[in-house]
Amino acid sequence: MTTSDSLYLAHHFDDREQQREAMTLGMWVFLVTEIMFFGGMFLAYAVYRWRFPEGFAEGSKHLDMILGTVNTGLLLVSSFTVALAVHAAQSSRGKAVAWLFGITILFGLAFLGIKGYEYWHKFHEHLVPGPHFRLLDPHNPQVDSRQVEIFLSLYFAMTGLHAIHMMIGIGVFVVMIVLAWRGRFSSEHYAPVEVVGLYWHFVDIVWVFLYPLLYLI
Amino acid sequence: MITLGRKPHNYLNANYSPWSWLFSTDHKRVAILYLISITLFFFVGGATAVLFRLELMTPRGDLVISETYNKLFTMHGIIMVFFFLIPSIPAVLGNFLIPMMIGARDLAFPKLNLLSWYIYSIGGVFTIAALVSGGVDTGWTFYTPYSSTYSNTAVMTAALGIFITGFSSILTGLNFMVTTHTMRAPGMHWFRLPLFVWSNYATSLIMILGTPVLAISLLLVAVERFFRMGIFDPKLGGDPLLFQHLFWFYSHPAVYIMILPGMGVISEVITCFARKRVFGYEFIAFSSLAIAVLGFLVWGHHMFVSGQSMYAGMVFSFISMLVAVPSAIKVFNWTATLYKGSITLQTPMLYALGFIGLFTMGGLTGVFLATLAVDVQVHDTYFVVAHFHYIMVGGMVMAYLGGIHFWWPKMTGRLYPEWWGRVSAAMIFFGFNLTFYPQFILGYLGMPRRYHTYPEEFQVLNVMSSAGASLLGVGYLIPLGYLLWSLRYGRAAGDNPWRAKGLEWTTTSPPPTENFHVTPVVTEEAYAYSAEESEAEYQRQVEEFARGEETLEESRREL
Repeated sequence: MTTSDSLYLAHHFDDREQQREAMTLGMWVFLVTEIMFFGGMFLAYAVYRWRFPEGFAEGSKHLDMILGTVNTGLLLVSSFTVALAVHAAQSSRGKAVAWLFGITILFGLAFLGIKGYEYWHKFHEHLVPGPHFRLLDPHNPQVDSRQVEIFLSLYFAMTGLHAIHMMIGIGVFVVMIVLAWRGRFSSEHYAPVEVVGLYWHFVDIVWVFLYPLLYLI
Repeated sequence: MITLGRKPHNYLNANYSPWSWLFSTDHKRVAILYLISITLFFFVGGATAVLFRLELMTPRGDLVISETYNKLFTMHGIIMVFFFLIPSIPAVLGNFLIPMMIGARDLAFPKLNLLSWYIYSIGGVFTIAALVSGGVDTGWTFYTPYSSTYSNTAVMTAALGIFITGFSSILTGLNFMVTTHTMRAPGMHWFRLPLFVWSNYATSLIMILGTPVLAISLLLVAVERFFRMGIFDPKLGGDPLLFQHLFWFYSHPAVYIMILPGMGVISEVITCFARKRVFGYEFIAFSSLAIAVLGFLVWGHHMFVSGQSMYAGMVFSFISMLVAVPSAIKVFNWTATLYKGSITLQTPMLYALGFIGLFTMGGLTGVFLATLAVDVQVHDTYFVVAHFHYIMVGGMVMAYLGGIHFWWPKMTGRLYPEWWGRVSAAMIFFGFNLTFYPQFILGYLGMPRRYHTYPEEFQVLNVMSSAGASLLGVGYLIPLGYLLWSLRYGRAAGDNPWRAKGLEWTTTSPPPTENFHVTPVVTEEAYAYSAEESEAEYQRQVEEFARGEETLEESRREL
């Protein structure tokens, strides 16, 4: 085994190919667990949407569709920069990986900023579920405000969980930038970049489902 | 490397400092860490059972009040399910053996493996904290809205503990799955894998698909409790049945997490002590997967009386009965493996035989419970309690102990005292049946579970059950004693005391840190016990028996 072969190859793997295969499969399996994790919430959404269609229609009108759309755009572009970063890692351009992850972080932070603004706005309008919840000017006067409250409970739980996943992703990107800057990744060793990329794409895809379910329909 | 005058290097004597254990990424050391922690939890969970079995000696509530009783059985359930049964065989034996069985140097993600133990321990600390800060009274099932709104006990501390521990089980499952896919030695293709690996693979599937759903359900309970968001509480517009659906979507498959690995152990032990190839390898392998898959489609049978639609109940009832098919396939295949084998009744084999009988009892009563009308009669009675203890304790704990005895020589390099092993195995078998068989009758007569008082006519059966429980308790303490004793005083085991097949037996005992001095190449199927060898073993036993008869005859003549 030459030095370049053993570099960054953990002791229990026979070769780099095996290591890459294990890491990628590991991330895919992890993403399956994530799908099941979010799945519980999507089930709750489906049950209550079916039971309280008016409340959900009303609740959806209280969300800011423009901000939601901007956020969707931001995330999609950030997925693109991540894809470029993976490509850069495969062609051994470590500095480019660092820059692209840096840009991704900016998009992610912009998303979280807008999300935070939306939360703050809901708080002002007394639309945060709990004892202070008031439905002040409903579009549909007949609607039961408790149904709208359930919609907003799910809105906060789902987007909140999604935001936590984004924060974790941003934290991992910071580590990856340091490693990339130090030249850890090359065309022979890019599995970590690829795996982190998979995670970020997953977080994006969750949003791609959340956006229409919460804002559009 | 073996040097004269020094003990061969192995994973135990590689480094003695405590840090080398606490920060070890060696799968064998992590397995030992798990072994120590789950043993601790097993006895804590057992102690709560001692207390409520004492209370149930008399019809009136004279030892503890009802609230304490509720907290006792809740803690018993939480600790035994999440902190003992789920990690038991996978995290201890699976961790130790899977890399060795497939000829790898470690699991695919050794650091995640160590992390899973830390996550488990942190979850354990939360649960113990819930226990000492006053306990939880919701039952291990955390049914809403009681758990999310009304209970004034440490619900969230305990739920948080379980939520955290869930991730350790996800990581273990992920690790096993990736390891089985990517780390097999040359020549170890899928149908040469030991059945223990197959059953742990099926278990991993459940851990990966099920545990996140439990996590999200508990998270939603927390959200409801802290922020008063109405998700499950009908007063806030929520639906309590949704919680039951989400909870059982995990917790029913989870009961297969608590039996499949045990089935894997039994396949290993039976073949070794019958000295025969396993009968129907593919059937046993695929029935594990079938159980894992069907397990996800039957959760509604916990909710027959919850008011779910009658048609849903009928479908769930039917699919639940289907689970009996792969389970029966396994039992028949094990019995067929025993047929015409050269059977020796060493301790692991006693546990395995006990498993087959008790698992069959537990499984068949499961079919009763899957029958809609019968379930309405015995729902939430001791019949259910007896049924799942026959699977969980009669099945899984027997298999776990059998496995620990079987691989103890490999793990420690020492033999346990055989006579004591057999005595305690027999004691556990009798104690177990005495504890739980009366509960079938109690349940059938209508004694509900989770009450600390009962009508006087149930006393005899309850006293029998408590007496059995004390026998069972002693039965569990004896192995704890002699296994610890054997660490120092046990006979050296040698590399393969059972002359068993399987890669784990080809390396030294205890194994070196890297498991194999040379990466093994697999050229034959699992369980290649040959007929000639079996015949020779039979002849040897016949001669031994004849010699025994002669000595008996001689001593008689001397008299």
